[in-house]
Amino acid sequence: MSDLNKLTIKEVADGLRSKKFSSEDVMKDCLARIDERNGDLNAFVTVDSDGALEGARLADKRLAAGEDDGVLMGVPMALKDLFNTAGVRTTCCSPGLKEFVPPYNATVVDRLSDAGAVMVGKTNMDEFACGASCEYGCFGAAKNPHDLTKVAGGSSGGSVVAVADDMSIFALGTDTGGSIRQPSSFCGTYGLKVTYGRVSRSGVTAFASSWDTIGPIGKSVEDISYVLQAIAGQDRRDMTTPPVKVPDYTGFLGKGVKGMKIGLPKEYFGEGVEKETRDVVMEAVGRLEKAGAEVVEVSLPMTKYAVAVYYVCAPAELSANMERYDGIRYGSLPSKDGEDLVDHYFKQRGEGFGDEVKRRIMIGTYVLSAGYMDAYYKHAMKVRTLIIKDFNKAFEKVDVLVGPVSPFPAFGIGDKAEDPVAMYTADSLTIPASCAGVPSLACPAGVSADGLPIGLQIIAPQFEEGRCLQVGEMV
Amino acid sequence: MAKISEKQVGHVAKLARLGLTRDEVKKFSGQLSAVFEYIEVLEEVDTSDVVETSQVTGLENVKEKDEVVKWEVSGKELSGEDLLESSGLPVESKQILVKAAVKKS
Repeated sequence: MSDLNKLTIKEVADGLRSKKFSSEDVMKDCLARIDERNGDLNAFVTVDSDGALEGARLADKRLAAGEDDGVLMGVPMALKDLFNTAGVRTTCCSPGLKEFVPPYNATVVDRLSDAGAVMVGKTNMDEFACGASCEYGCFGAAKNPHDLTKVAGGSSGGSVVAVADDMSIFALGTDTGGSIRQPSSFCGTYGLKVTYGRVSRSGVTAFASSWDTIGPIGKSVEDISYVLQAIAGQDRRDMTTPPVKVPDYTGFLGKGVKGMKIGLPKEYFGEGVEKETRDVVMEAVGRLEKAGAEVVEVSLPMTKYAVAVYYVCAPAELSANMERYDGIRYGSLPSKDGEDLVDHYFKQRGEGFGDEVKRRIMIGTYVLSAGYMDAYYKHAMKVRTLIIKDFNKAFEKVDVLVGPVSPFPAFGIGDKAEDPVAMYTADSLTIPASCAGVPSLACPAGVSADGLPIGLQIIAPQFEEGRCLQVGEMV
Repeated sequence: MAKISEKQVGHVAKLARLGLTRDEVKKFSGQLSAVFEYIEVLEEVDTSDVVETSQVTGLENVKEKDEVVKWEVSGKELSGEDLLESSGLPVESKQILVKAAVKKS
């Protein structure tokens, strides 16, 4: 058999148990695909071939001996390069962290390893997850597999490309303001942003701590449910994971949408959203209606303020989190010795961060500085409350909300790289759900006339990821 | 006039301990001015009776017992030495050797 890299998690799991092929066979096909395509796509920044093959052989051996960890056993996975992986470098695609090798695994990495998944390598991203195109990392841009002149989307661009181009069976990314959903929409994969706190952030490099979430990227809704099952739940190493019961996510599959009430926020179909995107999403909504869902229009009037709230609050949190990259606690030493400690900081941080991270550190420092804190930061945190109220009100009337992930399909590489405001507003439809900490699943809805994928998102109330899966399966 | 002048960029960079080149200061002044002009839209919103949100799932003061718990990596307990070594800096008497914080006189 060949092209085993194209299979879903379920197909790999079935094949391993019916002995049609081995985990090593699947891994070899993934590695061959990486060899063939990574030069063009730049999805992986580190490929651990030896570790991957060793892990796959071990899975084969244990399966043969009757030890079965479940559906993820022996399945190749790709990890965004901000998940700590013991002994494998974890760079966050930052110039200052190129040599960093963590001494321990992130909780999610341990949980996936315990479930039997085997890592292929670490994937490209915008530096410290700051970006919406995967152009801002120190290893260069990831490319969109559907058109090499277009961006992959970001920040989890590498993880999404790895799945979209069959270099890995599934991947893990992070989503702070759209970083899983937007690249998923641009490349045509499924990607889930979970409820804030549903998945432990321990061992995952922080960007904006009250927004960061971790979630799966896959080729089907079913695959998303398997990975979510393995990673969701409380963790004593992350005190923001609440003791909310983890349901059986596969139990939501196959239920259909008959009788469900789907809300279309009119702001998600308005000004700035391209007509073609709107049309493709509405066609998919038509399919849900045909499957028995009731579709109604709702309004989330605070939507237009979400990007501004985000670009006050997230950089503020980033600027605080980035303090640890001082060349002492974290980060490499500067090329020239500083004259004193402060000069060392200037040199190290001047060299250790790329442009976008520098911009955001400065925005954050500015909005938190004496005299501006109330006008910017506290005010934005209050507007965040109003955005949450919008969602709460909408969910009194509907079960889920559906709209486009992005106002447009993938844009050209370099088009927005030097225009921060244009880059920031590209996330205008993903940031609102991040403000409210609610889950949202990106699903492929169709393609543009140019053959670029267009995705829709299904937003549900907090901890109702199951509802996203239930609807997503019917798109 | 730019909303965030080059002088302000220099000041904020100093607060954030970022060493910037002359060109960077110029570039960031323009780009940050555009960002702050965009953020101004928030001034339209009346938040006089609104409480700030800093935690979205409603957790407050999460506590647990103060006890030593083993941290294992691939079945092996992680030691203090492993952690010290991961810094990449010289280790002396179970401490990391860092740069002097004051100039030698």
